[in-house]
Amino acid sequence: MSLTREEVERVALLARLELSPDEIERMTSQLSKILDHVEQLGQLDTTDVQAMAHAIEMSNVFAEDQLRAGLSRDDALSNAPKRDEECYRVPAVLGE
Amino acid sequence: MSAPPYQIIIGLEVHVQLATQTKLFCRCSTQFGAPPNTQTCPVCTGLPGALPVMNRHAYELALVTARALNCEIPRYTKWDRKQYYYPDLPKGYQISQYDLPMSQHGYLEISDPQDRFEPKRVRVLRAHLEEDAGKSMHDEVAGRADSRIDLNRTGTPLLEIVSEPDMRSPLEAKAYLTELKLLLTYLGVSDCNMQEGSLRVDANVNLWLDVDGERVATPIVEIKNMNSFRAVERALTYEAERQFDVWEETGQRLGDVPKQTRGWDDNACVTKAQRSKEESSDYRYFPDPDLVPVMVTDDQLAVAESQLGELPAALRSRLQREYEVSAYDADVLVNQGRAVVDYFVEAARVSRDPKKASNWIQRDVLRALNESGTNIEDFGVCARNLGELIEQINDGQIPGSRGVEVFHQMREARSTLAEAMETLGITGVDSGELIALCQELLAKNPRVVSDVLNGKEAAVGSLIGQAKKSNPNVDPALVRQTCLDLIRQQST
Ligand SMILES: [Zn+2]
Repeated sequence: MSLTREEVERVALLARLELSPDEIERMTSQLSKILDHVEQLGQLDTTDVQAMAHAIEMSNVFAEDQLRAGLSRDDALSNAPKRDEECYRVPAVLGE
Repeated sequence: MSAPPYQIIIGLEVHVQLATQTKLFCRCSTQFGAPPNTQTCPVCTGLPGALPVMNRHAYELALVTARALNCEIPRYTKWDRKQYYYPDLPKGYQISQYDLPMSQHGYLEISDPQDRFEPKRVRVLRAHLEEDAGKSMHDEVAGRADSRIDLNRTGTPLLEIVSEPDMRSPLEAKAYLTELKLLLTYLGVSDCNMQEGSLRVDANVNLWLDVDGERVATPIVEIKNMNSFRAVERALTYEAERQFDVWEETGQRLGDVPKQTRGWDDNACVTKAQRSKEESSDYRYFPDPDLVPVMVTDDQLAVAESQLGELPAALRSRLQREYEVSAYDADVLVNQGRAVVDYFVEAARVSRDPKKASNWIQRDVLRALNESGTNIEDFGVCARNLGELIEQINDGQIPGSRGVEVFHQMREARSTLAEAMETLGITGVDSGELIALCQELLAKNPRVVSDVLNGKEAAVGSLIGQAKKSNPNVDPALVRQTCLDLIRQQST
């Protein structure tokens, strides 16, 4: 199975990655190889295997609805590239 | 006004914030109104290595709500990542439910006490649990065109309730929302405060037109930013007319153009096209590997079932059946909430006159509550006192003409009925006293007796003033009736 250049461009856009034409070329062939590899699974006979909705076999893990202290505001904001006294600052979100 | 040449097709998506203390996947507070970024932790800010754990109470509230909406609860449910980039979404994905929601295929019944539409069942496609995003605020101060991000709300538990496109008018849409909000309020699963964002509504609308006997559908438009039920009604009315104009101009049908999102502008009373996010419509959902699935247990289902209580629809029919109030009155009482219904039931029991109790509540109690902005729980006249007032008026112990006065005296002084009557100088007039007084008056006024016997019942009116002069506590209506009864007895 081989990917098209357009498909790779679209995936890059969705992931907010800016790829050079060279990189798109390289990614197209590398991603295609990965898909080919996974494709091999299709050779297995899965007629009697139940479909799986989730990779974890454990279920029903809950926590009680009880408050616990989180981060102080200064700690929360400490890694932000840009901040003020109260908030994270980001490039303007275009008007809704 | 002639009917429009189209049918409006409306489906609603309602996001309701569940009444938990902590967030859906971490134990940060969900309290509204805290200073920005003071209710966050590594989980809800999406720091590397942090792991989410499902809030048990949020899941239970969602389960009760789903059952109240008559939804099926599949045994197995899981959580998925819905991926998109937005500054108020620190993880780069929202934890939501995709192909295996916790509940589906329910319904909510709506009707209109004024019969403006036929009662109908609005189907609920699904109700699923998901987390809220943060809040972005645009900051124009000093020309800095930044957005400020507050992540307090990030991770707050929401139940998304998606209806089928079963509503056919803005009025039906409003009725659905009103009934849904009432149901959620009765269940106590949310405070449903639209101003604080605890209840948010998006609408999907399009039109069905008849073109040469063939049904044609116009493109579906999603409307956002409606911050009251009234705004929903107005936005839908506007949008239907707009779509019809566009249809006449372009002839565009469903499928000809991508789905459009429009925002309601409440001041201008128009919907405006929003920036299209077509490239992000591919959310690439996949099961969240950090969260384990839920296999609902019989115990959990039984607990949810036991917490349903008596819901509005059942309560309306019980009030009509057991108390013989009209459908309209039952609707008014039930729509005021559980506390008003309890108040009515107690007042009806004490007074043994449900119809009058309902009238008093609708006319006097609700008006006084509105004017003073208080809750019925804090109201100066408790249900028992109102019941006693009605009973004593019926027994002739309090003149009907002074009932409202007594009511307001009890309300202002927060006093008992006896105290209010004493303050107002009203003493009960028992029937013996009343008969003696009337006999005396009739004996003094033989002219009135003969007038009545000659068919002029109105002549009794002249005795009422004399009766009140002799005893200010008598009920004029009872004086009139007693005199007429006595005259008839004498003449036979
Ligand atoms: Zn948190």
